[in-house]
Amino acid sequence: MKILILGGGPAGLYCGLLIKKAHPAHDITIIERNASNVTYGWGVVFSDRTLGSFQRADYPTYEQISDQFVIWDAIDVKYRGEVIHSGGHVIASISRKLLLHILQARCRQLGISMKFGCEVQDLPQPGEYDLLIAADGINSVVRKTYTSIFKPKLELGKARYIWLGAQKVLDAFTFIFRENEHGLFQVHAYPFSGTTSTFIIECDETSWLNAGLDKASEAESLAYCEQLLADDLAGVRLLSNNSKWIHFPTLKTRTWHHQRIVLLGDAAHTAHFSIGSGTKLAMEDAIALASALEQHADLETALNEYELERKPVVELFQQAAQESQHYFETIKRHLGLPPMQFAFHLLTRSGRISYDDLRLRDARFGDAVDRWYAHQASISITGISAPPTIVAPAPLFAPLRLRATTLPNRVVLSRNAEHIPVQDGMPTEEYASHITILAQNGAGLLLTVPVAISSTGRITPECAGLYHPDHVAAWSRIVTSVHTSTLAKIGLLLNHAGRRGSTRPRTAGLDRPLRQGNWSLVAPSPLPYTPQSQVPCPLERSDMDNIRDDFVRAARMAQEADFDLLQLHFAHGYLLASFLSPLSNQRRDEYGGSLEHRVRFPLEVFDAVRAIWPEHKPLSVALTVSDYVKGGLDPDDAVAIARILKEHGCDLIEVLAGQTTSDSEPAYGRGFLTPLSNRVRNEAAIPTLVGGFLTTSNEINTILAAGRADLCIFEPL
Amino acid sequence: MNIGVGLPTGIPGANGQLVIEWARRADAGSFSSLGVIDRILYDSYEPLTALAAAAAVTQRVRLATTIIIAPLRNTTLLAKTASSIDALSAGRLVLGLAIGARRDDYAAAGIDYRSRGKHLTEQLSTLRTLWEDESFGPRAARLGGPPLLIGGLSDQGFARVARYADGYVHGGGPPRAFARAADKARAAWRDAGRPGKPLLWAQGYFALGTTAIESGYGYMKNYYAFTGPFAEKIAAGLLTTPQAIAQFIRGYKEAGCDELVLFPTVPDITQLEQLAAVLNELDI
Repeated sequence: MKILILGGGPAGLYCGLLIKKAHPAHDITIIERNASNVTYGWGVVFSDRTLGSFQRADYPTYEQISDQFVIWDAIDVKYRGEVIHSGGHVIASISRKLLLHILQARCRQLGISMKFGCEVQDLPQPGEYDLLIAADGINSVVRKTYTSIFKPKLELGKARYIWLGAQKVLDAFTFIFRENEHGLFQVHAYPFSGTTSTFIIECDETSWLNAGLDKASEAESLAYCEQLLADDLAGVRLLSNNSKWIHFPTLKTRTWHHQRIVLLGDAAHTAHFSIGSGTKLAMEDAIALASALEQHADLETALNEYELERKPVVELFQQAAQESQHYFETIKRHLGLPPMQFAFHLLTRSGRISYDDLRLRDARFGDAVDRWYAHQASISITGISAPPTIVAPAPLFAPLRLRATTLPNRVVLSRNAEHIPVQDGMPTEEYASHITILAQNGAGLLLTVPVAISSTGRITPECAGLYHPDHVAAWSRIVTSVHTSTLAKIGLLLNHAGRRGSTRPRTAGLDRPLRQGNWSLVAPSPLPYTPQSQVPCPLERSDMDNIRDDFVRAARMAQEADFDLLQLHFAHGYLLASFLSPLSNQRRDEYGGSLEHRVRFPLEVFDAVRAIWPEHKPLSVALTVSDYVKGGLDPDDAVAIARILKEHGCDLIEVLAGQTTSDSEPAYGRGFLTPLSNRVRNEAAIPTLVGGFLTTSNEINTILAAGRADLCIFEPL
Repeated sequence: MNIGVGLPTGIPGANGQLVIEWARRADAGSFSSLGVIDRILYDSYEPLTALAAAAAVTQRVRLATTIIIAPLRNTTLLAKTASSIDALSAGRLVLGLAIGARRDDYAAAGIDYRSRGKHLTEQLSTLRTLWEDESFGPRAARLGGPPLLIGGLSDQGFARVARYADGYVHGGGPPRAFARAADKARAAWRDAGRPGKPLLWAQGYFALGTTAIESGYGYMKNYYAFTGPFAEKIAAGLLTTPQAIAQFIRGYKEAGCDELVLFPTVPDITQLEQLAAVLNELDI
């Protein structure tokens, strides 16, 4: 078999030698555009798992590579004058130049023909090979020749970065964050030989322009970075290798092979450098391709097998890389976090590493996180900065103070799964006992399901309400029972269903109008919720007065019943939420149009309730943070609303999303609301409560320690 | 977790007698349900017709479509057929619906492929309305019609489960793939404020006995040939030993599956007997 490999990088060389090893009779040629001793970049990183696969694939090169490796287990985060140290990660790296050298030598030993300094302009003719392996990198000539088949999608990152080196010994993967008059710069630095380290410096476009780096020569760029990192470099010079400030290109291709041509490594896919996987993925591709060729005599089957095996793996890495890239591109959101939390947030950015993982890798770091979290909680409760305690519980056991109310821990139980019908809004004995039983489970806060402020504000005729004096007595018994039998606090969620009212209980689906006995619905605009729904009457100002007063009356009743926390429902397409979204609010008066107008009535209700709700008790809002529909409310709007609510005395935002319209399609899954909570909490600087199907304490501890929320709804399986 | 068995209606060469005898014996044995799958341009039975026949010769087993491609069918007729089977079987129908992924079936039925998701959404809301209409009969055993399951892996699919259905039916694959999908269904369900839990159904393929294994693989590669290279991967999931079946069942059970339907790949009644023997041995 005659095999032509374009590209003499790690992927091409490694693939060539693995195939040759299995099939010494194959005629293999590697064509490389650069000379044999030229290379770009500095060090490349591998995980211990990748090293294991090298060991199985080719022992001689594994031995040489591992002899030359720098292996370390720590990640340091340098931020605002502190260094946060986390261990147990096991990362290895090697100079790219050395890696190529080892692989080239092995290729030569196995009898592979290598042509260096050989630029390929036009593809070789199909007659010249039985298999063409395109390992020619991100700018692959082969891929570009068959664009319509491989269907590449190239997306440029928003940030600028430059890849530099330094004669500097590092003992950890080091993230450095530096703020100066031009903006924020972050550095990803790691050692790759006994004396040298890689320094990747990254910043947003604005900082880059402010610093004049668009006009800077190579030497000027180096000088700027050296000054920026003066403290970290301690006099050591940065080295450039024809390095430039570029945007990271993420490449995805639809298929990886076509007839007798196959793409390998960067020619097929790239993943943002911040998860350090480019060379690793490329070399793993090489292993998979060589092994598929060994197992299947039929070329088409082998190439299929290779693609089927590698594509899902690569896509997972690309997803993690994308999240990591997005994290660094939006790092400014998190600059308000204290160093420990900032570091924890950074380490858990891609969702692949959790609180338990970090604790397992480095128990001391885990303890430090717990102590830090408990200390913050204690300061916020006592107002006194006593020294941190040695003994500290996991984050979910830290108390939280909201006004004068202290929740004993960060776990919320809510949204009881049982359907317990009630009549005329009146909580029954069964309903009450359900809540009291729920309260026995150790949560810090119990939250009710939506409770109607009026009989016409109910979602279904079987919903509980708080609009009649008898209701007060029933709720009061529930609250007393929770208070006397547990340490938990109890919160009430007040709601007016708006255009989602007058529907059947949700046992057989959502938003199905009653078969009989419908009441008329109100909404900001006469738009039915589903095609089968009743058309609601647009609210007149006098109706709005009444609804506001109903909320106020219900809030007074909630105080009478002695609830600890009150929550107003601004989400899921109910009445107040339907004012906020342009999809459901098409009014032309002062309550529709701009965000400022749309928020006016919900805010009026909030203010009226805040005015009579006791000063020492917290008031929360359950807020839609995204409609998940084009043209709807988006997280930027929600952050703006959260800021306004905070100014008006809101103490907590529960983050919800979707259901503004019946066709919203959230990407459901565990923790699907967490990124939205992260935005609201860190951009509007307000405590948040988040659910979104969190089923383990590990997920909750990860969210809390990273500062993505302050309270979590626990929904164990 | 309940274990059901698929009817051999999707396997080329399965004759009518075999299908009926299969249904009868499964009902006499310990299986909890009989499943059928759907395909038009293939040597396979129309699934609802097959279930109607099975209804006549069975007393006990649930009759489940896992799944049928709803948009290919006229909605009113689908409602009528489903409520008829439900009435004929004294409420044993479980109706699993999805949009499928085969363009050729859509083309053959003269239905637009691209709008199939929206089409299904409209159908789901119409089905319930028809079943609840007092002048529309026969009445399904349960007010509001037979249990509805929805299949598929898209975000829209899970939103539909929570909005319209009683549960989710998984298309196949290893237990961990099911576990991820089940989490999405549960997350959607809770977010929608639905009481209780979504029903979770799933399926797998088996071939038992040395002579059957090869034809089992052959059938799967052929049936899934429309997925291109993935047919190999899907076929690799074929359960061919009692050990594989035991592990598969355990995996699904741990992931919270309510009912797992094992489909045959060889049109031979001894496959049913062998599966029953394996389950008996496993004390399932």
